[in-house]
Amino acid sequence: MPAPLMTYLVIPLVKIVVILAVVILLAAYMSYFERKVLAYMQIRIGPNRVGPRGWLQPIADALKLLVKEDIIPSRAEKLVYFLGPVLVVVPALLVFSVIPFGPAFKVAGQVVTPYLTDVNIGILFILAVSSIGVYGVILGGWASNNKYSMMGGLRSAAQLVSYEVPMGLSVVTVLLMANSLSLVKIVEAQQRSGVWYVFPGFIAFFIYFVCGVAETNRNPFDLPEAESELVAGFHTEYSGMKFAFYFLAEYANMVVISSIATVMFLGGWLPPFPNALAALWASPALAWIPPIAWFVLKMAVFLFVYIWFRGTFPRYRFDQLMALGWKVFIPVSLVNLMAVALGVLLIGGPR
Amino acid sequence: MSEPEALKPFPDSEEMEISFGPQHPATHGVLRVIVKLDGERIVDAKPVIGYLHRGTEKIFERETYNGTIPHTDRMDYTAAATNNQGLVGAVEKLMGVTIPPRAAYIRMMLAELQRIASHTIWLGTHALDIGAQSPFFYTFEEREKILDLFEEYCGARLTLNAMRVGGQPYDLPEGWTGRCRTFVDQLPARVAEWERLLTANRIWKLRTVGVGVISAADAIEWGLTGPPLRGSGVKWDVRKVFPYDRYDEVAFEIPTGAGGDTYDRYLVRMEEMRQSVRIVQQCLAKLPDGPVMAKVPKVIKPPKGDVYFSVEGPKGELGYYVVSDGGTNPYRLHVRPACFINLQALPEMVRGQLVADLIAVIGTLDIVLGEIDR
Amino acid sequence: MTEQDKPTAPAESAPQPPAAPKPPWEEKPVTPVPHDAREHPEVREIAAAVPDAVLEAVEFAGQVTVTVAPERLAELARACKALGYGFLVDLTAVDWQARPEGRFDVVYWMHRHADSRRLRLRVRVAEGVEVPSVTGVWKVANWMEREVFDMFGIYFADHPNLERILTWEGFSGHPLRKDFPIEGIDTGAAVYPDVFPPGGGPVAGGEGES
Repeated sequence: MPAPLMTYLVIPLVKIVVILAVVILLAAYMSYFERKVLAYMQIRIGPNRVGPRGWLQPIADALKLLVKEDIIPSRAEKLVYFLGPVLVVVPALLVFSVIPFGPAFKVAGQVVTPYLTDVNIGILFILAVSSIGVYGVILGGWASNNKYSMMGGLRSAAQLVSYEVPMGLSVVTVLLMANSLSLVKIVEAQQRSGVWYVFPGFIAFFIYFVCGVAETNRNPFDLPEAESELVAGFHTEYSGMKFAFYFLAEYANMVVISSIATVMFLGGWLPPFPNALAALWASPALAWIPPIAWFVLKMAVFLFVYIWFRGTFPRYRFDQLMALGWKVFIPVSLVNLMAVALGVLLIGGPR
Repeated sequence: MSEPEALKPFPDSEEMEISFGPQHPATHGVLRVIVKLDGERIVDAKPVIGYLHRGTEKIFERETYNGTIPHTDRMDYTAAATNNQGLVGAVEKLMGVTIPPRAAYIRMMLAELQRIASHTIWLGTHALDIGAQSPFFYTFEEREKILDLFEEYCGARLTLNAMRVGGQPYDLPEGWTGRCRTFVDQLPARVAEWERLLTANRIWKLRTVGVGVISAADAIEWGLTGPPLRGSGVKWDVRKVFPYDRYDEVAFEIPTGAGGDTYDRYLVRMEEMRQSVRIVQQCLAKLPDGPVMAKVPKVIKPPKGDVYFSVEGPKGELGYYVVSDGGTNPYRLHVRPACFINLQALPEMVRGQLVADLIAVIGTLDIVLGEIDR
Repeated sequence: MTEQDKPTAPAESAPQPPAAPKPPWEEKPVTPVPHDAREHPEVREIAAAVPDAVLEAVEFAGQVTVTVAPERLAELARACKALGYGFLVDLTAVDWQARPEGRFDVVYWMHRHADSRRLRLRVRVAEGVEVPSVTGVWKVANWMEREVFDMFGIYFADHPNLERILTWEGFSGHPLRKDFPIEGIDTGAAVYPDVFPPGGGPVAGGEGES
């Protein structure tokens, strides 16, 4: 096989298939994880019928949704109604192409990178692509021709747009510190400086994660699909596979937000505690753990926090959510950005 | 209902009419509210009820006096004991029966346990409506224990049918008092646990403080009773004002709120649970011996006349107006359903607020459609 | 109930009166009897506020009922509210089918918070006679009057929104009237007849009756 074909077609294709399979499975098992954790928080047992300890539950759910009748409301705008879930699920999966799950390593003399590609504008790419998802929500809500769906769609449009701003601003602080837009470079910069950006950029980290929760429409910001108010929000009318797409996208987005937070603030695949326990970096006690395991572990912490939120918080009201975004997060993240910029200018940042 | 024009924030805006219910996750049954919305703001709300109308008052006229009791169970199905208590109290008043003290104490215990059970449902569903999922499961755990106590006493968990004209049909089973004491002794700790989840929670406060405000004067004008009235600061409770059974022999406080908003009503109900625990504890301590049934004729035939008797149900004043023509069946038996009358104030309380507040206010009124529609 | 609860009390208590008086729950119930209550302070108060409106006042089981003429009701209700009866507890009606003074009783049950007194107003109306609405006096009367209208077909003059409330709009009949059959009427809305016609589906009104 000629080398270019190998480099530009076969390897990426294999990677795409692997990443897609892993991500979709991860999203499916995220739902299992959520149900189980939530159940234990709520003195219940959770799914335990399908397979041992209910491990096959996500598969059963997926099968059920696949074979379910796909109902299209008679007054729906058919094309747009069909486009909605597509516009949501494609960007959610596309983002995974630039997320570095681990450092490059060698297998049989061949350098393998455990990510599809390292774009030098990685963060911009992620912000740009993930914003497309909101179209799916709005269009799906509008095309269903249901008042509840439309209100859900409008709510999420407003919510996503307003939370994108502080999120972007907090990402910029990371850029300033890392001096790069590439996600791999950001992790490497953290390795070089010996400090995870969560420490110098704690405010940015906090804002990023809260906005991330809001972006994924999760509790306490789950207004677009607030069950008690809007039945199921923008996907009230969706059933079968289309509903499964919305569902998949929501969980994939949670994984995305968690992985980006891991990469930007928690040092990606790096083993823990760069400052305090610097000796551990190279110690053989931790060396046997593959970097990707650290990545997954850190991500899992975020995912757990997501579920924890769901088990704990009541829901914000729409105006309060907007007030929080515009009156608190945007000013705070602007000030934080200035402070970080000054810090980088004066002391050269954590380099 | 006449001044929505003045309250309309943007007179020339496009309004949307949306029908909440009768099948909607947050309307607690089959309530339908036609809401006129300006964006997310409520211009007007119009509750539509009657989807669960079963003609209970008509059925009452067919039944004997004791035969009506099971039908009262099915009105407010989350508070069967207080429903029974009101009905038998009304008939006893009409006949001039004095029930034995032991029966009165058993009735009070059942009623107070029922009040706790009803408030646990309210708390769980109210919190669920506002988006907090977990309290629902915690409160239902305690409710199960109460239902177990009921089951042990009368065999039923939900529709108790546990009282008769003239007293109680059965004495307490062996060991019931001990198990009841164990339950009520541990409950305050659980209530404190629920409060830790919500009372100081900033989101909870954002969602409830200043939402669905109704002043004391308006609350009386709209005939609110129960926690909605007390939340507005009116210290009024049928158990204190017209003590029935033996409520004058037990000490308890009437909690009141100050602002008349959803948060105040929440605090009032939480405190009521503690007060109910206090009452049950006192009842258990004072429980007299003796018969549980007064000497009443087998065929109940009250004299000609009419009597109104009310009890403090978990939702408010639950009244029964019995008209007898001297026969064995009530000539007319009217119920004053607390939820029905409390619900009437809903448009007043939500006008000008947001959709999410409508859900909070429906939750805080603690309505049960079985009682509203009868 | 057990055997000893049988109403044999008078026979055995008559010959030998017990030393200690029996507790009230072992005696025969003391049935309340109606008294004239015109001299009752609350009734006097009202009679003074609105002269000649009180037709009759009865006390029964500790509850005072004042019967008033329907045409004086609005005035009287306003006077009662001025006297402190700010809380209308209940409003309902009773159907006395063949009574000569008028078929229906409309009953108002008022509460005064200041001294926790309750008073009942009763209006006797014939069928088809309008009763003045008290929604202008107590807002709470709105739904209560709608319910009475729905259940008894009593019209309330000046009610802002006199619609059916528990039954559906278009329902014919008033269920709590004594001449309304207890097993219900065929409204034509029965979609589940005992025998489905060939082809199934709802039947036209009356056909599904069996």
